[in-house]
Amino acid sequence: MSGLRVIVGCKRVIDYAVKIRVKPDKLGVVTDGVKHSMNPFDEIAVEEAVRMKEKKLASEIIAVSCGPTQCQETLRTAMAMGADKSIHVEVDAATYENLQPLHVAKILAKVAQDEKADIVFTGKQAIDDDCNQTGQMVAALLDWPQATFASKVEKANGDLTVTREIDGGLETIKVKLPAVLTADLRLNEPRYATLPNIMKAKKKPMAKKKPADYGVDVAPRQSILKVEDPPVRQAGSKLDSVETLVGKLKDAGLVPS
Amino acid sequence: MASLFRSVTRRLRPAVQSAYAFSTKPGTASGEPQQAFGGISFELSPEQLEFQETARKFAREEIIPKAAEYDKTGEYPWELVKKAWELGLINTHIPEHCGGMDLGILDCTTITEEIAYGCTGVQTAIEANSLGQMPVIIAGNKEQQKKYLGRMTEELLMCAYCVTEPVAGSDVAGIRTKAEKKGDDYVINGSKMWITNGSVANWYFVLARSSSDPKMPAGKAFTGFIVDANTPGITVGRKEWNMGQRCSDTRGITFEDVVVPKENVLGTEGIGFKIAMGAFDKTRPPVAAGAVGLARRALDEATKYSLERQTMGKPICEHQAVAFMLADMAIGVETARMATQRSAWEIDQGRRNTFYASIAKAYAADVANKAAADAVQIYEGTAQIQRLIISREHLSAAKNQW
Repeated sequence: MSGLRVIVGCKRVIDYAVKIRVKPDKLGVVTDGVKHSMNPFDEIAVEEAVRMKEKKLASEIIAVSCGPTQCQETLRTAMAMGADKSIHVEVDAATYENLQPLHVAKILAKVAQDEKADIVFTGKQAIDDDCNQTGQMVAALLDWPQATFASKVEKANGDLTVTREIDGGLETIKVKLPAVLTADLRLNEPRYATLPNIMKAKKKPMAKKKPADYGVDVAPRQSILKVEDPPVRQAGSKLDSVETLVGKLKDAGLVPS
Repeated sequence: MASLFRSVTRRLRPAVQSAYAFSTKPGTASGEPQQAFGGISFELSPEQLEFQETARKFAREEIIPKAAEYDKTGEYPWELVKKAWELGLINTHIPEHCGGMDLGILDCTTITEEIAYGCTGVQTAIEANSLGQMPVIIAGNKEQQKKYLGRMTEELLMCAYCVTEPVAGSDVAGIRTKAEKKGDDYVINGSKMWITNGSVANWYFVLARSSSDPKMPAGKAFTGFIVDANTPGITVGRKEWNMGQRCSDTRGITFEDVVVPKENVLGTEGIGFKIAMGAFDKTRPPVAAGAVGLARRALDEATKYSLERQTMGKPICEHQAVAFMLADMAIGVETARMATQRSAWEIDQGRRNTFYASIAKAYAADVANKAAADAVQIYEGTAQIQRLIISREHLSAAKNQW
């Protein structure tokens, strides 16, 4: 049986360690000069795809990113981790601010069809918008089964057995291929991009495309009204007895009197 | 006539070869070629940015959590060095025909700054490898390179640069270790001191005086040798406890009738001094980069603390005295880095960089010393002072060691 072809979605987001600041116009967060990196959950997806290739389950890994030119750095990292080639779908910075999961899902679905993919793998959500939609939308557009929040992926004959992290604990399901997978935190620990692999990635192909090449209209369907900091945390107070606590809860209307 | 010509060229060839040996090879990984007359570029290449990213992540996730423990015990950071080796962060200059990546000095300073940010003790242990290898890289013949550099890429091995002696550090020409020719071999006698990686090295680069004529000029009086660490006659001394960089392995080494075959002579007899100096030109910028990394760490830690600690109703960074200190640290970090990058770039272009490298190293060392001292002040008498004192001492050690 020939190996699976895997598309991995890699989003370029503000690095998790950066202290986020809201822009003065309150329509977004400051991104200029701020450190960006690959969405950590997408890194986990790339790592899983590379491990599948090492186990000879996958034969080719194609990393895809939609966004401005800097996304190429993200794709280079994916290739340094082990992706064979990448596709950069160029979206200018202004349009990118309003790019929605549905746009990205349409693009990824089209890429999956063009590249005859067997698996579309993304992180479960991006750490900037926390939408948790793209993977699911891709599955719906392609009419493929989906296994989201994956914490373990195994191949069994022609199917995949996936353990999912759900509210009640863990759920194990079987999905037929082709399928969409989204990676959760405990699926694996992503490898470093070693320096020799960074050098090798220089030679790997990166295709440059536009959303129009895939017939996708990325005009925004939403507009951001306001972005605000969360309220500053108020200090608590120490109470001397349970009665006082219940009294205060009743006063605040949190407990029926 | 023909035989005269032949004998002349035979004598000239080694000299010519050695002259070529010192021509520095511009880093093949330096990314986009420099535009000929496009003026200065302050950009790192995409590969250099990725190297920096890997090194930064490694420092943040592997080195920083463990650095305090290694500093306390003084244990050699094998775990960290092994991980760094697996990622390709060390042995960066080894030529491609030996399995290396043949990176340039600017690539190296970019990586070194990030590792030093994590812990300069770890960075020194790693840097000593580059220093030990450099004479072989610039002056070794293909067999020597294959034998001694090839093995470094196949498994994790350390090496050391044995030049300094108890009586001669900065005065390299004053070293007294002797190398006497006996038949086809050389016999080395003498003692070396402050040798980083002394007890963990698989082989040493040893500089010894091969001329017994006291009037012989330095450029002709010394010879560089590659010496296997398990050669009989080598005694490794006790671990010297530096004030800082305590996990780095610093030792005295004694050579008693150590026999070295002629195949292990680097270049030819007599040109050892030039090899040693040539190696320094390439390794001075990374030492400066290490100081920049240290200064940057001091700045970041002090800034973080000064935003939290409050006195007289406001965070201490809002007091001008503290704010000025932080500003001066930032000025120092930026300018020291620029000086370091210039000196690294200069040698990557194939030019001698001694002037710029000396500026970078002297200046960065001062910047780091001041940054560490100011950071200690900003931390006042809190428990964290233990960690910051480390930084300061690191620097003193670095300043003196090289």
